[in-house]
Amino acid sequence: MNKLLSPAKTELLCMGNEAIARGALEAGLNVVAGYPGTPSSEVIERLSEVARDRNLYVEWSTNEKVALEVAAAASFAGLRSMCVMKQNGVNVASDFLLHLASSGTRGGIVLVECEDPGALSSVNEGESRYFARMLEIPLLEPATLQEAKDLTKWAFELSEKIRNVVILRSVTRMSHASGNVICGRLPVKSRTARFIFDGSVMDPLRGPVVSTPVVIKHGLQQKKLETAAELFEKSPFNGYYGSQKPELLIITSSACFLYSREAIEMLNLQKRVGILKLSCTWPLPQKLLKKYFRLTKKIMIVEEVLPFLEENVKVAAMGMMKEIGGKTFFGKMDKTLPSTGELNPEIVATALSNIMKVKSKSLPADYVREMQKVAAIIPPREQTFCPGCPHRASFWNINTALKLDGRDGIVCGDIGCYSMASLSPAVGFHTVRTLHSMGSGTGLASGFAKLQAFGLDQPVMSICGDSTFYHAVIPALINAQHNRADITFIVLDNAGTAMTGFQPHPGINQSAIGEPLPSVDIAGICEAIGAKVAVCDPFDLEATSKILTSFMAERGSMKVLIMKQACALSPEKKGRKQYQMSVNEELCLGDNCGCNRLCTRIFRCPALTWDRTKKKAVIDEVICAGCGVCYLICPQKAITRTEAAR
Amino acid sequence: MKKQFLSKEPTNIIITGVGGQGNVMASRVLAGMLVNAGFTVTIGETFGMSQRGGSVMSHLRVSSRSVLSPQIPQGNADIIIALEPVEALRVLSKYGNPGVAVLSNSRMVYPLGVITGEFMYPSLDDVQSIFAKLAAKHWLMDATSVAVELGNPVLSNIVMIGALAGTSLLPIDRRAFEKEISKSIPAAKRAINMTAFDKGLKMI
Repeated sequence: MNKLLSPAKTELLCMGNEAIARGALEAGLNVVAGYPGTPSSEVIERLSEVARDRNLYVEWSTNEKVALEVAAAASFAGLRSMCVMKQNGVNVASDFLLHLASSGTRGGIVLVECEDPGALSSVNEGESRYFARMLEIPLLEPATLQEAKDLTKWAFELSEKIRNVVILRSVTRMSHASGNVICGRLPVKSRTARFIFDGSVMDPLRGPVVSTPVVIKHGLQQKKLETAAELFEKSPFNGYYGSQKPELLIITSSACFLYSREAIEMLNLQKRVGILKLSCTWPLPQKLLKKYFRLTKKIMIVEEVLPFLEENVKVAAMGMMKEIGGKTFFGKMDKTLPSTGELNPEIVATALSNIMKVKSKSLPADYVREMQKVAAIIPPREQTFCPGCPHRASFWNINTALKLDGRDGIVCGDIGCYSMASLSPAVGFHTVRTLHSMGSGTGLASGFAKLQAFGLDQPVMSICGDSTFYHAVIPALINAQHNRADITFIVLDNAGTAMTGFQPHPGINQSAIGEPLPSVDIAGICEAIGAKVAVCDPFDLEATSKILTSFMAERGSMKVLIMKQACALSPEKKGRKQYQMSVNEELCLGDNCGCNRLCTRIFRCPALTWDRTKKKAVIDEVICAGCGVCYLICPQKAITRTEAAR
Repeated sequence: MKKQFLSKEPTNIIITGVGGQGNVMASRVLAGMLVNAGFTVTIGETFGMSQRGGSVMSHLRVSSRSVLSPQIPQGNADIIIALEPVEALRVLSKYGNPGVAVLSNSRMVYPLGVITGEFMYPSLDDVQSIFAKLAAKHWLMDATSVAVELGNPVLSNIVMIGALAGTSLLPIDRRAFEKEISKSIPAAKRAINMTAFDKGLKMI
């Protein structure tokens, strides 16, 4: 049995994202949609595994805005629905979210957003909590794995009570942490859908769902927020941990609650420092705050990343100054805590030890010296494309074409594993020079191409992956075509949303739960807008290079090259070598070759290594994926390949 | 149900390696065994970008009492299990302390900077002597060769779990492993995993 279907009272080892998924099931979820993005993807992945058992509709949508619209439709029809995304997905969905929050909703609807403080797997550490305040939506932040489940379930009840969308915010250390979670009951009955619109525009349950008349609906929305605040005052999800006379009060939320509690234990400050843990963080429960403000004069706010809670707590304290008196605040605004990167127990402990004037336990000095000596000799391990990754070959092709062209061509990047082509040092496949949000590479390329009138004479390329193509590239592509932008647009089609775990996208002929769906062809779309299109295999270096150089020489219009080769980790390829690779030591001239070690310095495959004693290239059999590309790059033909036995 | 005891409360375990070595799977299996034994386990993991050939680390915190932060404070690891030797050093140099036990695979996966010649990779003798200096107990073993003999290098993670059981650092044994994989691993793959576990157990 799938563990998400476990009976009530079962104690499970659950990942945060699994706990959120289970909470939604306990709430009677009917529809879930989202776009994959670390650290959020497992919520929908796990739900797709139980979709048939629980009568769920699960969808990987083209982007987050569409996903929220799909989820909202279910709410309008009286069902319970959820939409899941990573932090920057909320930016994509935000236009619809603004209007959704003003029109109001019917069945419970929860927007789950998983943020990535420290950008462990993102190109930003964007804060989406501010959307809750800006768009006037209640915000919940679970602080433990058990709470991740329980609070998700309650979020649906809250949404239905106030008839509006609710945001549940997680972070990497919650979504990707695992721990013991005790299950509640799964409901037996499922709802039926019906969209009713026979009432007046002012009837929240029977009228058309619109945000007009705007000012009146806006007023209603604010009333809903007040109702949420009242519910937060008595919510068991907010709680105080500590003595009745603490010297310092920590106000915290999310994983920072666990860091704070551990920091207090590390310094033995249980009697002197109390914690007010808030899991309902917008709007703030004012009476509850007042009660705990009165405990002490010193308050520290611990949160990630920006001082969102700190700002709101300070505004609340200012409003009740007469009753609670003046306070001294510690947090990000006075630099007690950093306002970039993620926190951890040590960072909180350091702040606490400074405020409370206590020393933390430290390791023996000579041991620390030895540790530092070791740290100094450890070689760094840079991120790179996996052995057999088609992107390494694709960028090899792009790099070669740029070098042959010789005009200092610009490559605009996009979001996926291939973002690693923007890393330094800028050698070999590191050819990408701009990297921003999904789809923005092609928009930038479209802009660069129009700078010819101002003297810019560099050729312009943009790249994107297959899933990104559908997500946000299409409008930029149409823009480029319509405005006659002279660009070479390259799709790195590796047959799935590889970086986040091979979720299907519109180019794949199956749904989130593996049912057959029609696929939407990338080449067909590009041809339909009038672009010149070619398709190639990036492992065929010669053919790819020919197309690329001819495209770069052809001026005045947009050219599209689709480089098709499945990801080395894809289920159909993983663990299967096409070629058995080896290095012929007699042919390899090592440092004397004159190639400047093209294979190991420039190609940079972790499976193609260097034997320091023999001073020759050597294949690491254990990690080589057998793609055979390095055979093509050795000028000495010292790397050999033979078809591997199947 | 809590018949078993931890030698230290809480016990902080770090499993480390290179993306693709089965780090996450090893941490899940170990945590599952400990949860089955009645302990509260909190795991902190980073995956995503770090999968792509980078260093990977799972923090496991085992307690008889409470839920802990998913991040182990620096200098506070009790047990380090490394699927790659230089990753053992990386973790040791940050989370080590005079009481730490280190169990490391000896098979190297060279970082790109070493392949290109910008950086040196320490010799296994150096690794061994650093372990001797910084750890209270240490084992360096070639789990990858055993796994390759079994037909799949990724099994080295299970060989290491077997070896961990052999060290008696944690209240886990063969039966606990068998019980856990009966839930988490498809039936067809259980026998080979049991063999890998047994081979590891014998290496200690």
